[in-house]
Amino acid sequence: MKKELRVIGKPVPKHDAGIRVTGKAVYGHDIVLPGMLHGAILRTEHPAAEFTIDVSQARKLPGVVCVITADDVDVNNIGYKRDHPILKKGEANCTRDEIAAVAADTKAIAQEALKLIKVKYKVRKGVYDPFEALNEKSPQINKFISGKFPNKNIAEVFHYEHGHLEEEKKKSAVTVTRRFSLPRMTHTCMGTSNITASFNKTDGKLLLYSSTQVPFLYQRDMAHALKMNPSDIRVIQPVIGGGFGSKLDMHPFEPICALLSIKTGRPVQILYSREEEFIASPTRQPMIIDLTAGADEKGNFTFREINIIKDNGAYTSWGATTPFVIMQAFSSLYKVRACKFDATAVYTNNVFAGSFRGYGNPQATFALERIIDLLADELKMDKAAIRLLNANEKGEITGQGLHFETCGHKECLETVIEKAKGKRQKHVASGAEPAKVENPRFKNGIGYASMLHVGGGAKIYRSDGCGTTSKIDPYGYCTIITGSNEIGQGSETVLAMIASEELGIELKKIKVINTDTDVKPWDVGVHASRTSFVAGNSLLGAIRILKDKLNKKASELLQTNDPEFEYSDNKIISEKTKTTIALDKVVREMHFSEPNELAIASFFYEPSSKFQDKDFKGNVSGTYAFASQAIEVEVDTYTGNVKVLDIYVAQDVGKVLNPLLLAGQIEGGILQGVGYALTEELLMHEGKILNPNFHNYKILTASDIPNIHFYPIETNDKQGPYGAKGVGEAPLIPTAAAISNAVCDALGVEFLELPMTPERVLKAIHENK
Amino acid sequence: MKKKQKIAQRHKISFKLNSKDVSCDVKASAVLMDVIRDVLELKGTKPGCREGECGACTVLINGSPINSCLFLAINAEGKKITTIEGLTKEDGSLDIVQHELVQHGAVQCGFCTSGMAMSIKGLMNQHEKSNRGAGKNKKGQPSREEIKKHLEGNLCRCTGYVKIIDATEKLFVKEK
Repeated sequence: MKKELRVIGKPVPKHDAGIRVTGKAVYGHDIVLPGMLHGAILRTEHPAAEFTIDVSQARKLPGVVCVITADDVDVNNIGYKRDHPILKKGEANCTRDEIAAVAADTKAIAQEALKLIKVKYKVRKGVYDPFEALNEKSPQINKFISGKFPNKNIAEVFHYEHGHLEEEKKKSAVTVTRRFSLPRMTHTCMGTSNITASFNKTDGKLLLYSSTQVPFLYQRDMAHALKMNPSDIRVIQPVIGGGFGSKLDMHPFEPICALLSIKTGRPVQILYSREEEFIASPTRQPMIIDLTAGADEKGNFTFREINIIKDNGAYTSWGATTPFVIMQAFSSLYKVRACKFDATAVYTNNVFAGSFRGYGNPQATFALERIIDLLADELKMDKAAIRLLNANEKGEITGQGLHFETCGHKECLETVIEKAKGKRQKHVASGAEPAKVENPRFKNGIGYASMLHVGGGAKIYRSDGCGTTSKIDPYGYCTIITGSNEIGQGSETVLAMIASEELGIELKKIKVINTDTDVKPWDVGVHASRTSFVAGNSLLGAIRILKDKLNKKASELLQTNDPEFEYSDNKIISEKTKTTIALDKVVREMHFSEPNELAIASFFYEPSSKFQDKDFKGNVSGTYAFASQAIEVEVDTYTGNVKVLDIYVAQDVGKVLNPLLLAGQIEGGILQGVGYALTEELLMHEGKILNPNFHNYKILTASDIPNIHFYPIETNDKQGPYGAKGVGEAPLIPTAAAISNAVCDALGVEFLELPMTPERVLKAIHENK
Repeated sequence: MKKKQKIAQRHKISFKLNSKDVSCDVKASAVLMDVIRDVLELKGTKPGCREGECGACTVLINGSPINSCLFLAINAEGKKITTIEGLTKEDGSLDIVQHELVQHGAVQCGFCTSGMAMSIKGLMNQHEKSNRGAGKNKKGQPSREEIKKHLEGNLCRCTGYVKIIDATEKLFVKEK
């Protein structure tokens, strides 16, 4: 018998909203430890230069406790490829490069000390274009890579293929080739990057208050960098002021802060200024995508051939691995018979990218969905119809081996097409009458895009699992100790709701412990939209074991052999004998009478997904998420300004766990996507960032929001907790693609790059005349 | 050297902070945010950009919202200042603004929330003030567009603002 859910699916406000809305939440910026010093970092003045450094004057400044350069530390390189020195020695290759660090009594003294450090630069001509970097004559930019690739400036390559490419090319009635160009976008978390490190010289243990998204990987990376034992490093996460992927990599300022603490034996704190945050925190990967795609005369997609050049910057971060996700979009979003994919990450003297919500997928989806519109134009087909024709289906195993056991793609498409009906496309190739033009200054258009993303974790590490310990105390309160992390997305709330649902304990009696690597069980971290899915399943496993113990005791106390107890209203109820016992009483009887036993249970959940083979084939996620968006824009042809009017979004979320939190993810993600489409670009000139502030790097404000119409699609995936799939990244992924399709529809122009700033829109209008 | 000392001279200021009288010595160049956070140790006011762009440090001065990172502390003399800590009631219960933000799911990472809540409170104060003694000519609730315009100076990267605007709209419906 399927019971009605009491808590799951309800709009429960955030479990931890109370501390955040009263100013009581302690972020890294708010931590003050006894005897704490303030750290500051000196970065190179030139993105490509040799240098010599003299810190003697800085060391003499009263209030300065420690100054370090590369010469003062014995450390390993960091980064995904271990090609990134924490402090750079003699040579700078990127405007972010850390060349010295100071710890002082006050922030002001630390800044003053930086000014006293004398650096002599011998400036070199940098390489800022990845194509130029691939030229044999260009200098080697990163000297720390082992050099297994034919070109010295290649950091990483990916190759994938399925199907018979040449045959499919022959079968194609139309073929379109385009080059797409994607900008640097940055996270702009409202809370800037921060760390507080406290090293105890007596026992050799290092305590870090860090806003990492991946505390256990971070602990390991930090230990490698500092040549320490990982278990001697304890990572505590204070409340985190935004993540969005920026805190997946460990960045140099973090081991630098640890080193300052190790040297001084005192706590040291480093807080980024907003300018530093723009300059020195990661970005979304800029890339050039060459895409050729074909379709047969009916509109069935035949093949895709992709070649991507990614500007890796001077060092390699997790961002270099985004082709894992990018190739999924190209190989498996909409059915396609053949696919050949190559991606190359190329070193330049630019800033390096990192991980950013969507992990390469917004770039891939932009190129793919734009080319689908172009294929439809060639075929004189309706842009909605060509998408419906090729949409993914339940049961499909794609060329890459992704198995869609549930699939809401078609339903998502149908929903947004239906809801946006009446918003007729302006440039209709299929012969239908286009919408009437009322004011020649303003032109409206509509665009569609879909997306495919992992929805049940992603098996990239040896384990994609999550551990949970759950206990009930003698007062009937439940504590969940989870490996997963809260970064504002609502993970604590979802876990508390699951415990409340399963144990019949009210939400206010549920506590979530999730911030301390010395306490919590292992978990990969917050990425790949995995937390609700993986941590939710892990908690359900722990509760199952806990309930077995409670059931046993309850059977004894109620003198029934009923195996089906109902947990409700803080009680355990036997349906059979109609008897009831208070949950806290059962726990007390377990704890305090012989044979004494704790009401506690642990479980480790590992998703059913598999590692991909060397050809990148395999079912990499427990389940997959789909979404479609239909977006109407209004373009002011006098100013080039694009106004997004309505966004219709349907997303296969598996099952709605909490509609309030879900809507928050959708709306927040979409607005980041609108920014990617229209306003956000970190501008660079010869390796330097030109707009490191909110005045010149525009993230959207309350005034810029479109009307968002959200339709959750429930496909109830049996792998997910209550049928749920991951939702966090999806809303951002198709937004820029759909907006660009809408702008192209409105103006009859072709956009192949982002963002579509007024300047670029006017240029496109002008060139089209 | 003499000149430097003069600049570094400290000034005693007294003002009302969250209904309590406080006084402290500050440098002429000190901004209110730093005094609130570092001298008076109220950490709820958040440092988002220190250049008046993000609004995370918004506090109320005599009921009106300002960016405390741009406001010189010496100009707080004799004024009434309210921070997020002062919005919460004495018994710990939430102010109606905080309550609606929570209920609407308008809080995610929360770093912008203090400033956002103070900005919304400022709008309510402004609305109430303009309606005081207005008799029949009372202004109706602000439109959604007016609310958006008012919140333009408070950036949020998590929520997409929808829930924040919904919460604010609800406050004015309740107020009526």
